[in-house]
Amino acid sequence: MQSMQSPLTPFLGVLILLLVAIVVAAIVLVLSGVILPRFKPNNPQANKLSPFECGAPALQVGARHRYSVKFYLTAMLFILFDVEIAFMLPWAAQYKAHLETFVPMLTFFATLLVGFIYAWGKGAFEWER
Amino acid sequence: MESVAHSIGLSAVMTWTLLKVLIVFGSVMGVSSLWTWVERRGSAMLQDRIGPNRALLFGRWQLLGLPQLVADGLKFFFKEDQVPPHVTKRLYWIAPMLAFVPALIGFAVIPFGRSFSYQGALYHLSILEPGNGMGMLYPLAIGAVAVYGILVAAWSSNNKWAILGGMRASAQMVSYEISMGLAVLAIFMKVGGYDPGEIITEQAGVLWKVLPNWFIFRQPLGFLVFFVCMFAETNRLPFDFAEGESEIVAGFHTEFGSMKFALLALAEYAHMTTASALIATVYFGGWSVPFMPEAPVLLTILFFLIKLLFFMWVFVWVRWTLPRFRYDQLMFLGWKVLLPISMVNLIGNAWWMTRGGH
Repeated sequence: MQSMQSPLTPFLGVLILLLVAIVVAAIVLVLSGVILPRFKPNNPQANKLSPFECGAPALQVGARHRYSVKFYLTAMLFILFDVEIAFMLPWAAQYKAHLETFVPMLTFFATLLVGFIYAWGKGAFEWER
Repeated sequence: MESVAHSIGLSAVMTWTLLKVLIVFGSVMGVSSLWTWVERRGSAMLQDRIGPNRALLFGRWQLLGLPQLVADGLKFFFKEDQVPPHVTKRLYWIAPMLAFVPALIGFAVIPFGRSFSYQGALYHLSILEPGNGMGMLYPLAIGAVAVYGILVAAWSSNNKWAILGGMRASAQMVSYEISMGLAVLAIFMKVGGYDPGEIITEQAGVLWKVLPNWFIFRQPLGFLVFFVCMFAETNRLPFDFAEGESEIVAGFHTEFGSMKFALLALAEYAHMTTASALIATVYFGGWSVPFMPEAPVLLTILFFLIKLLFFMWVFVWVRWTLPRFRYDQLMFLGWKVLLPISMVNLIGNAWWMTRGGH
Protein backbone atom coordinates (compact mmCIF):
# COMPACT_ATOMS: atom_id res chain seq x y z
CA MET A 1 0.00 0.00 0.00
CA GLN A 2 2.89 2.38 0.70
CA SER A 3 4.53 2.07 -2.71
CA MET A 4 2.85 5.14 -4.17
CA GLN A 5 4.91 6.86 -6.85
CA SER A 6 2.90 9.68 -8.36
CA PRO A 7 1.38 12.28 -5.99
CA LEU A 8 -1.89 11.72 -7.84
CA THR A 9 -2.08 7.99 -7.03
CA PRO A 10 -4.02 8.45 -3.75
CA PHE A 11 -6.70 10.25 -5.74
CA LEU A 12 -7.42 7.22 -7.89
CA GLY A 13 -10.21 6.14 -5.53
CA VAL A 14 -11.78 9.58 -5.72
CA LEU A 15 -11.66 9.43 -9.50
CA ILE A 16 -13.41 6.05 -9.47
CA LEU A 17 -16.03 7.36 -7.03
CA LEU A 18 -16.57 10.40 -9.24
CA LEU A 19 -17.02 8.21 -12.32
CA VAL A 20 -19.40 5.89 -10.47
CA ALA A 21 -21.49 8.85 -9.28
CA ILE A 22 -21.62 10.38 -12.76
CA VAL A 23 -22.52 7.06 -14.41
CA VAL A 24 -25.27 6.28 -11.87
CA ALA A 25 -26.78 9.76 -12.23
CA ALA A 26 -26.59 9.55 -16.04
CA ILE A 27 -28.20 6.09 -16.12
CA VAL A 28 -31.03 7.23 -13.87
CA LEU A 29 -31.65 10.40 -15.91
CA VAL A 30 -31.56 8.62 -19.27
CA LEU A 31 -33.71 5.75 -18.04
CA SER A 32 -36.37 8.02 -16.61
CA GLY A 33 -36.18 10.79 -19.19
CA VAL A 34 -35.45 9.02 -22.47
CA ILE A 35 -36.18 5.30 -22.35
CA LEU A 36 -39.15 4.95 -20.01
CA PRO A 37 -41.27 7.80 -21.50
CA ARG A 38 -41.97 5.44 -24.43
CA PHE A 39 -43.91 3.26 -22.03
CA LYS A 40 -45.33 5.66 -19.50
CA PRO A 41 -48.15 8.19 -20.00
CA ASN A 42 -47.08 11.27 -21.91
CA ASN A 43 -49.82 13.85 -21.85
CA PRO A 44 -48.48 17.39 -22.29
CA GLN A 45 -50.98 20.21 -21.83
CA ALA A 46 -50.57 23.96 -22.08
CA ASN A 47 -51.25 24.49 -18.36
CA LYS A 48 -48.85 21.77 -17.34
CA LEU A 49 -46.04 23.14 -19.47
CA SER A 50 -46.35 26.79 -18.48
CA PRO A 51 -43.95 28.11 -15.82
CA PHE A 52 -45.35 27.59 -12.33
CA GLU A 53 -46.23 30.87 -10.70
CA CYS A 54 -49.21 30.87 -8.39
CA GLY A 55 -52.05 29.17 -10.22
CA ALA A 56 -52.98 32.17 -12.31
CA PRO A 57 -51.85 32.19 -15.97
CA ALA A 58 -48.37 33.66 -16.32
CA LEU A 59 -48.25 37.10 -17.88
CA GLN A 60 -44.96 36.39 -19.61
CA VAL A 61 -42.62 33.49 -20.01
CA GLY A 62 -39.07 33.93 -18.82
CA ALA A 63 -37.86 35.08 -15.46
CA ARG A 64 -34.31 36.22 -16.12
CA HIS A 65 -34.84 39.78 -15.05
CA ARG A 66 -32.77 41.91 -12.73
CA TYR A 67 -32.52 40.61 -9.19
CA SER A 68 -31.57 42.45 -6.03
CA VAL A 69 -28.01 43.76 -6.05
CA LYS A 70 -27.57 42.54 -2.47
CA PHE A 71 -26.98 39.01 -3.74
CA TYR A 72 -24.05 40.20 -5.84
CA LEU A 73 -22.72 42.32 -2.98
CA THR A 74 -22.74 39.24 -0.76
CA ALA A 75 -20.84 37.29 -3.40
CA MET A 76 -18.19 40.03 -3.59
CA LEU A 77 -17.77 40.15 0.18
CA PHE A 78 -17.44 36.36 0.16
CA ILE A 79 -14.59 36.50 -2.36
CA LEU A 80 -12.71 39.03 -0.20
CA PHE A 81 -13.00 37.08 3.04
CA ASP A 82 -12.52 33.68 1.47
CA VAL A 83 -9.21 34.74 -0.08
CA GLU A 84 -8.08 35.86 3.38
CA ILE A 85 -8.90 32.40 4.71
CA ALA A 86 -7.02 30.79 1.84
CA PHE A 87 -3.97 32.86 2.88
CA MET A 88 -4.30 31.69 6.46
CA LEU A 89 -4.62 27.96 5.68
CA PRO A 90 -0.88 27.23 5.28
CA TRP A 91 -0.15 29.34 8.34
CA ALA A 92 -2.64 27.39 10.44
CA ALA A 93 -1.11 24.06 9.44
CA GLN A 94 2.39 25.24 10.44
CA TYR A 95 1.43 27.29 13.49
CA LYS A 96 1.99 24.56 16.06
CA ALA A 97 5.71 24.42 15.24
CA HIS A 98 6.12 28.19 14.79
CA LEU A 99 4.37 29.86 17.70
CA GLU A 100 6.44 33.02 17.15
CA THR A 101 4.30 33.84 14.08
CA PHE A 102 1.44 34.88 16.35
CA VAL A 103 2.23 38.61 16.35
CA PRO A 104 2.94 38.88 12.58
CA MET A 105 -0.35 37.08 11.96
CA LEU A 106 -2.14 39.52 14.24
CA THR A 107 -1.10 42.38 11.94
CA PHE A 108 -2.46 40.47 8.95
CA PHE A 109 -5.64 39.80 10.87
CA ALA A 110 -5.88 43.49 11.82
CA THR A 111 -5.99 44.49 8.15
CA LEU A 112 -8.77 41.96 7.63
CA LEU A 113 -10.57 43.38 10.62
CA VAL A 114 -10.29 46.96 9.28
CA GLY A 115 -12.02 45.81 6.08
CA PHE A 116 -14.66 44.00 8.09
CA ILE A 117 -15.39 47.03 10.27
CA TYR A 118 -15.47 49.30 7.22
CA ALA A 119 -17.98 47.03 5.46
CA TRP A 120 -20.05 46.84 8.63
CA GLY A 121 -20.02 50.64 9.03
CA LYS A 122 -20.98 51.11 5.39
CA GLY A 123 -23.99 48.88 5.97
CA ALA A 124 -22.90 46.12 3.61
CA PHE A 125 -24.27 43.49 6.00
CA GLU A 126 -27.68 45.15 6.36
CA TRP A 127 -30.16 43.12 4.34
CA GLU A 128 -33.16 45.35 5.14
CA ARG A 129 -32.50 48.88 4.02
CA MET B 1 -6.83 -10.20 0.04
CA GLU B 2 -3.88 -10.98 -2.21
CA SER B 3 -5.38 -14.24 -3.40
CA VAL B 4 -8.80 -12.74 -3.99
CA ALA B 5 -7.20 -9.90 -5.95
CA HIS B 6 -5.15 -12.34 -7.99
CA SER B 7 -8.16 -14.45 -8.86
CA ILE B 8 -10.01 -11.50 -10.45
CA GLY B 9 -6.92 -10.22 -12.25
CA LEU B 10 -6.39 -6.94 -10.38
CA SER B 11 -3.65 -5.70 -8.09
CA ALA B 12 -4.32 -5.76 -4.35
CA VAL B 13 -4.30 -1.96 -4.13
CA MET B 14 -6.85 -1.68 -6.91
CA THR B 15 -9.15 -4.29 -5.40
CA TRP B 16 -9.04 -2.60 -2.02
CA THR B 17 -9.76 0.80 -3.61
CA LEU B 18 -12.70 -0.59 -5.57
CA LEU B 19 -14.04 -2.27 -2.44
CA LYS B 20 -13.87 0.99 -0.52
CA VAL B 21 -15.58 2.90 -3.34
CA LEU B 22 -18.33 0.29 -3.31
CA ILE B 23 -18.74 0.53 0.48
CA VAL B 24 -18.78 4.35 0.57
CA PHE B 25 -21.05 4.77 -2.45
CA GLY B 26 -23.44 2.11 -1.20
CA SER B 27 -23.54 3.43 2.35
CA VAL B 28 -24.03 7.06 1.41
CA MET B 29 -26.75 6.17 -1.09
CA GLY B 30 -28.37 3.74 1.36
CA VAL B 31 -28.29 6.05 4.35
CA SER B 32 -29.49 9.02 2.28
CA SER B 33 -32.48 7.20 0.86
CA LEU B 34 -33.23 5.59 4.21
CA TRP B 35 -33.26 9.04 5.75
CA THR B 36 -36.10 10.19 3.49
CA TRP B 37 -38.10 7.58 5.41
CA VAL B 38 -36.61 8.46 8.83
CA GLU B 39 -37.38 12.10 8.15
CA ARG B 40 -41.05 11.44 7.39
CA ARG B 41 -41.47 8.95 10.20
CA GLY B 42 -39.52 11.14 12.66
CA SER B 43 -41.49 14.23 11.68
CA ALA B 44 -44.68 12.28 12.30
CA MET B 45 -43.38 11.20 15.71
CA LEU B 46 -42.44 14.77 16.70
CA GLN B 47 -45.80 16.10 15.53
CA ASP B 48 -47.83 13.37 17.16
CA ARG B 49 -49.23 11.84 13.99
CA ILE B 50 -48.79 8.47 12.29
CA GLY B 51 -46.76 9.19 9.18
CA PRO B 52 -46.43 6.98 6.10
CA ASN B 53 -48.06 3.60 6.79
CA ARG B 54 -50.16 2.72 3.72
CA ALA B 55 -47.55 1.03 1.52
CA LEU B 56 -47.49 -2.68 2.37
CA LEU B 57 -44.87 -5.25 1.46
CA PHE B 58 -46.65 -7.97 -0.59
CA GLY B 59 -49.91 -6.40 0.56
CA ARG B 60 -49.33 -7.65 4.05
CA TRP B 61 -46.40 -6.27 6.07
CA GLN B 62 -46.42 -2.63 7.10
CA LEU B 63 -42.88 -2.59 8.59
CA LEU B 64 -43.33 0.91 10.11
CA GLY B 65 -43.95 2.38 6.68
CA LEU B 66 -40.60 1.26 5.28
CA PRO B 67 -42.13 -0.10 2.03
CA GLN B 68 -43.05 3.53 1.31
CA LEU B 69 -39.39 3.99 0.37
CA VAL B 70 -39.66 1.42 -2.41
CA ALA B 71 -43.04 2.73 -3.51
CA ASP B 72 -41.69 6.28 -3.75
CA GLY B 73 -38.68 5.14 -5.75
CA LEU B 74 -40.86 3.26 -8.22
CA LYS B 75 -43.25 6.15 -8.49
CA PHE B 76 -40.44 8.59 -9.27
CA PHE B 77 -39.41 6.37 -12.16
CA PHE B 78 -42.88 6.09 -13.63
CA LYS B 79 -43.98 9.71 -13.29
CA GLU B 80 -44.31 11.68 -16.49
CA ASP B 81 -40.90 13.21 -17.15
CA GLN B 82 -41.76 16.43 -18.90
CA VAL B 83 -39.33 19.11 -20.02
CA PRO B 84 -41.24 22.42 -20.14
CA PRO B 85 -40.59 24.51 -23.27
CA HIS B 86 -39.38 27.58 -21.37
CA VAL B 87 -36.37 25.90 -19.72
CA THR B 88 -32.79 25.90 -21.01
CA LYS B 89 -32.69 22.29 -22.13
CA ARG B 90 -29.02 21.43 -21.76
CA LEU B 91 -28.59 22.93 -18.29
CA TYR B 92 -31.94 21.49 -17.20
CA TRP B 93 -30.69 17.98 -17.95
CA ILE B 94 -27.28 18.51 -16.37
CA ALA B 95 -28.46 20.27 -13.19
CA PRO B 96 -29.63 17.19 -11.23
CA MET B 97 -26.31 15.53 -12.00
CA LEU B 98 -24.38 18.63 -10.93
CA ALA B 99 -26.19 18.55 -7.60
CA PHE B 100 -25.96 14.79 -7.09
CA VAL B 101 -22.28 14.15 -7.90
CA PRO B 102 -20.60 16.60 -5.47
CA ALA B 103 -22.99 15.49 -2.75
CA LEU B 104 -21.79 11.90 -3.13
CA ILE B 105 -18.04 12.39 -3.57
CA GLY B 106 -17.62 14.69 -0.56
CA PHE B 107 -17.49 11.68 1.75
CA ALA B 108 -14.32 10.26 0.16
CA VAL B 109 -11.78 11.67 2.61
CA ILE B 110 -13.52 10.74 5.85
CA PRO B 111 -12.05 7.71 7.65
CA PHE B 112 -14.87 5.47 8.84
CA GLY B 113 -12.75 3.17 10.99
CA ARG B 114 -9.30 2.54 12.41
CA SER B 115 -6.54 1.69 9.92
CA PHE B 116 -5.46 -1.92 10.34
CA SER B 117 -2.64 -4.09 9.11
CA TYR B 118 -3.23 -7.50 7.65
CA GLN B 119 -0.49 -9.85 6.45
CA GLY B 120 2.07 -7.08 6.62
CA ALA B 121 0.11 -4.53 4.59
CA LEU B 122 -1.54 -1.45 6.08
CA TYR B 123 -5.15 -0.77 5.12
CA HIS B 124 -6.84 2.59 5.59
CA LEU B 125 -10.61 2.85 5.85
CA SER B 126 -11.06 5.97 3.72
CA ILE B 127 -11.05 6.31 -0.06
CA LEU B 128 -8.58 9.19 -0.03
CA GLU B 129 -5.65 7.67 1.87
CA PRO B 130 -3.91 9.82 4.51
CA GLY B 131 -0.74 11.69 3.63
CA ASN B 132 -1.98 13.18 0.38
CA GLY B 133 -1.64 16.81 1.56
CA MET B 134 -5.31 17.47 0.87
CA GLY B 135 -7.17 16.14 3.87
CA MET B 136 -10.03 18.21 5.20
CA LEU B 137 -9.62 20.81 2.45
CA TYR B 138 -11.22 18.29 0.10
CA PRO B 139 -14.73 18.14 1.63
CA LEU B 140 -14.68 21.93 2.05
CA ALA B 141 -13.82 22.36 -1.63
CA ILE B 142 -16.45 19.86 -2.74
CA GLY B 143 -18.99 21.54 -0.48
CA ALA B 144 -18.29 24.81 -2.28
CA VAL B 145 -18.92 23.15 -5.66
CA ALA B 146 -22.40 22.14 -4.45
CA VAL B 147 -23.54 25.74 -4.96
CA TYR B 148 -23.37 25.19 -8.73
CA GLY B 149 -25.91 22.36 -8.73
CA ILE B 150 -28.54 24.53 -7.07
CA LEU B 151 -27.72 27.64 -9.06
CA VAL B 152 -27.73 25.81 -12.41
CA ALA B 153 -31.00 24.07 -11.54
CA ALA B 154 -32.53 27.43 -10.65
CA TRP B 155 -31.23 29.30 -13.68
CA SER B 156 -32.15 26.62 -16.19
CA SER B 157 -35.73 26.48 -14.86
CA ASN B 158 -36.36 30.05 -16.03
CA ASN B 159 -38.98 30.46 -13.33
CA LYS B 160 -39.24 33.32 -10.84
CA TRP B 161 -39.54 31.11 -7.78
CA ALA B 162 -36.70 28.91 -8.91
CA ILE B 163 -34.28 31.76 -9.59
CA LEU B 164 -35.15 33.47 -6.31
CA GLY B 165 -34.56 30.22 -4.47
CA GLY B 166 -31.27 29.61 -6.23
CA MET B 167 -30.04 33.15 -5.55
CA ARG B 168 -30.96 32.88 -1.90
CA ALA B 169 -29.33 29.49 -1.52
CA SER B 170 -26.08 30.57 -3.14
CA ALA B 171 -25.83 33.80 -1.12
CA GLN B 172 -26.55 31.83 2.04
CA MET B 173 -24.02 29.08 1.32
CA VAL B 174 -21.19 31.47 0.50
CA SER B 175 -21.93 33.63 3.56
CA TYR B 176 -21.68 30.72 5.96
CA GLU B 177 -18.66 29.21 4.24
CA ILE B 178 -16.44 31.97 5.69
CA SER B 179 -17.38 31.32 9.31
CA MET B 180 -17.06 27.57 8.68
CA GLY B 181 -13.58 28.03 7.22
CA LEU B 182 -12.45 30.12 10.19
CA ALA B 183 -13.85 27.56 12.65
CA VAL B 184 -11.98 24.73 10.93
CA LEU B 185 -8.80 26.85 10.80
CA ALA B 186 -8.68 26.75 14.60
CA ILE B 187 -8.76 22.93 14.37
CA PHE B 188 -5.96 22.87 11.77
CA MET B 189 -3.92 25.07 14.10
CA LYS B 190 -4.23 22.66 17.00
CA VAL B 191 -3.62 19.58 14.87
CA GLY B 192 -0.82 20.99 12.74
CA GLY B 193 -2.15 19.60 9.47
CA TYR B 194 -5.23 19.03 7.37
CA ASP B 195 -5.37 15.27 7.59
CA PRO B 196 -8.59 13.84 9.12
CA GLY B 197 -6.58 10.92 10.49
CA GLU B 198 -4.38 13.35 12.42
CA ILE B 199 -7.46 15.24 13.60
CA ILE B 200 -8.84 12.00 15.03
CA THR B 201 -5.59 10.91 16.71
CA GLU B 202 -5.31 14.42 18.20
CA GLN B 203 -8.65 13.77 19.90
CA ALA B 204 -7.54 10.52 21.51
CA GLY B 205 -7.15 10.43 25.27
CA VAL B 206 -9.00 11.90 28.20
CA LEU B 207 -9.73 15.51 29.13
CA TRP B 208 -9.90 16.51 32.83
CA LYS B 209 -10.06 12.79 33.73
CA VAL B 210 -13.78 12.50 32.90
CA LEU B 211 -14.36 13.63 29.31
CA PRO B 212 -13.05 12.22 26.05
CA ASN B 213 -10.50 14.58 24.53
CA TRP B 214 -12.86 15.71 21.75
CA PHE B 215 -12.68 19.08 20.10
CA ILE B 216 -16.22 19.92 21.16
CA PHE B 217 -14.97 20.24 24.73
CA ARG B 218 -11.75 21.99 23.74
CA GLN B 219 -13.29 24.46 21.26
CA PRO B 220 -17.01 24.75 22.12
CA LEU B 221 -17.23 28.14 20.40
CA GLY B 222 -15.79 26.75 17.18
CA PHE B 223 -18.18 23.81 17.36
CA LEU B 224 -21.15 26.12 17.72
CA VAL B 225 -20.13 28.06 14.61
CA PHE B 226 -19.36 24.92 12.60
CA PHE B 227 -22.60 23.23 13.63
CA VAL B 228 -24.78 26.18 12.63
CA CYS B 229 -22.86 26.57 9.36
CA MET B 230 -23.49 22.92 8.51
CA PHE B 231 -27.24 23.55 8.64
CA ALA B 232 -26.83 26.55 6.34
CA GLU B 233 -24.55 24.66 3.94
CA THR B 234 -26.97 21.78 3.56
CA ASN B 235 -29.97 24.11 3.11
CA ARG B 236 -31.78 22.43 5.95
CA LEU B 237 -34.27 24.07 8.25
CA PRO B 238 -34.06 26.52 10.00
CA PHE B 239 -32.09 27.89 7.00
CA ASP B 240 -34.34 26.33 4.37
CA PHE B 241 -34.38 29.34 2.04
CA ALA B 242 -33.65 27.51 -1.19
CA GLU B 243 -37.09 25.93 -1.04
CA GLY B 244 -39.11 27.96 1.45
CA GLU B 245 -42.50 26.37 0.79
CA SER B 246 -44.49 29.23 2.28
CA GLU B 247 -42.78 31.88 0.15
CA ILE B 248 -41.38 30.50 -3.07
CA VAL B 249 -43.25 27.21 -3.63
CA ALA B 250 -40.41 24.69 -3.93
CA GLY B 251 -37.57 27.06 -4.74
CA PHE B 252 -34.89 25.81 -7.10
CA HIS B 253 -36.63 22.53 -7.94
CA THR B 254 -40.08 23.97 -8.68
CA GLU B 255 -39.90 22.97 -12.37
CA PHE B 256 -38.32 19.55 -11.87
CA GLY B 257 -40.27 16.32 -11.93
CA SER B 258 -39.84 12.58 -11.92
CA MET B 259 -36.30 11.25 -11.44
CA LYS B 260 -34.75 14.69 -11.95
CA PHE B 261 -36.46 15.85 -8.78
CA ALA B 262 -35.51 12.64 -7.02
CA LEU B 263 -31.81 13.24 -7.74
CA LEU B 264 -32.05 16.81 -6.40
CA ALA B 265 -33.78 15.59 -3.26
CA LEU B 266 -31.33 12.74 -2.78
CA ALA B 267 -28.45 15.22 -3.13
CA GLU B 268 -29.77 17.14 -0.15
CA TYR B 269 -29.80 14.00 1.98
CA ALA B 270 -26.34 13.01 0.77
CA HIS B 271 -25.12 16.44 1.84
CA MET B 272 -26.67 15.78 5.23
CA THR B 273 -24.73 12.51 5.46
CA THR B 274 -21.45 14.20 4.62
CA ALA B 275 -22.15 17.09 6.98
CA SER B 276 -22.90 14.68 9.84
CA ALA B 277 -19.73 12.75 9.08
CA LEU B 278 -17.75 16.01 9.13
CA ILE B 279 -19.23 17.07 12.48
CA ALA B 280 -18.50 13.63 13.93
CA THR B 281 -14.93 13.58 12.58
CA VAL B 282 -13.86 17.10 13.44
CA TYR B 283 -15.54 17.62 16.80
CA PHE B 284 -16.50 14.19 18.12
CA GLY B 285 -13.41 12.10 17.52
CA GLY B 286 -14.55 10.35 14.35
CA TRP B 287 -14.24 6.60 14.69
CA SER B 288 -12.44 6.76 18.04
CA VAL B 289 -14.15 5.01 20.93
CA PRO B 290 -14.10 7.07 24.14
CA PHE B 291 -11.91 5.64 26.94
CA MET B 292 -10.83 2.73 24.72
CA PRO B 293 -7.59 3.65 22.94
CA GLU B 294 -7.09 0.15 21.49
CA ALA B 295 -10.61 -0.57 20.29
CA PRO B 296 -11.01 -3.32 17.67
CA VAL B 297 -11.60 -2.22 14.08
CA LEU B 298 -15.22 -3.32 13.91
CA LEU B 299 -16.06 -1.43 17.09
CA THR B 300 -14.56 1.77 15.65
CA ILE B 301 -16.68 1.40 12.52
CA LEU B 302 -19.74 0.87 14.70
CA PHE B 303 -18.96 3.98 16.76
CA PHE B 304 -18.47 6.07 13.63
CA LEU B 305 -21.83 4.85 12.38
CA ILE B 306 -23.53 5.68 15.68
CA LYS B 307 -22.11 9.21 15.69
CA LEU B 308 -23.02 9.70 12.03
CA LEU B 309 -26.61 8.52 12.45
CA PHE B 310 -27.02 10.55 15.64
CA PHE B 311 -26.13 13.79 13.88
CA MET B 312 -28.35 12.89 10.95
CA TRP B 313 -31.16 12.51 13.43
CA VAL B 314 -30.25 15.92 14.89
CA PHE B 315 -30.90 17.40 11.45
CA VAL B 316 -34.47 16.01 11.54
CA TRP B 317 -34.89 16.96 15.18
CA VAL B 318 -33.87 20.58 14.66
CA ARG B 319 -36.20 20.83 11.68
CA TRP B 320 -39.25 20.51 13.91
CA THR B 321 -37.79 22.39 16.86
CA LEU B 322 -36.85 25.73 15.30
CA PRO B 323 -39.06 27.77 12.97
CA ARG B 324 -37.67 29.10 9.69
CA PHE B 325 -35.67 32.31 9.96
CA ARG B 326 -36.34 35.42 7.91
CA TYR B 327 -33.76 36.07 5.22
CA ASP B 328 -32.41 39.25 6.81
CA GLN B 329 -32.06 37.37 10.10
CA LEU B 330 -30.01 34.73 8.29
CA MET B 331 -27.65 37.37 6.93
CA PHE B 332 -27.48 39.06 10.32
CA LEU B 333 -26.57 35.77 12.00
CA GLY B 334 -24.01 34.84 9.36
CA TRP B 335 -22.10 38.10 9.03
CA LYS B 336 -22.62 39.90 12.33
CA VAL B 337 -22.73 37.04 14.84
CA LEU B 338 -21.01 33.91 13.56
CA LEU B 339 -18.16 35.66 11.71
CA PRO B 340 -17.03 37.72 14.75
CA ILE B 341 -17.42 34.66 16.98
CA SER B 342 -15.28 32.54 14.69
CA MET B 343 -12.63 35.29 14.49
CA VAL B 344 -12.52 35.52 18.29
CA ASN B 345 -12.31 31.72 18.44
CA LEU B 346 -9.36 31.64 16.03
CA ILE B 347 -7.36 34.44 17.65
CA GLY B 348 -8.21 33.23 21.15
CA ASN B 349 -6.98 29.74 20.36
CA ALA B 350 -3.82 31.06 18.72
CA TRP B 351 -3.13 33.16 21.80
CA TRP B 352 -3.87 30.23 24.10
CA MET B 353 -1.34 28.13 22.21
CA THR B 354 1.38 30.77 22.69
CA ARG B 355 0.67 30.52 26.42
CA GLY B 356 1.34 26.80 26.27
CA GLY B 357 -2.28 25.59 26.25
CA HIS B 358 -3.25 22.65 24.12
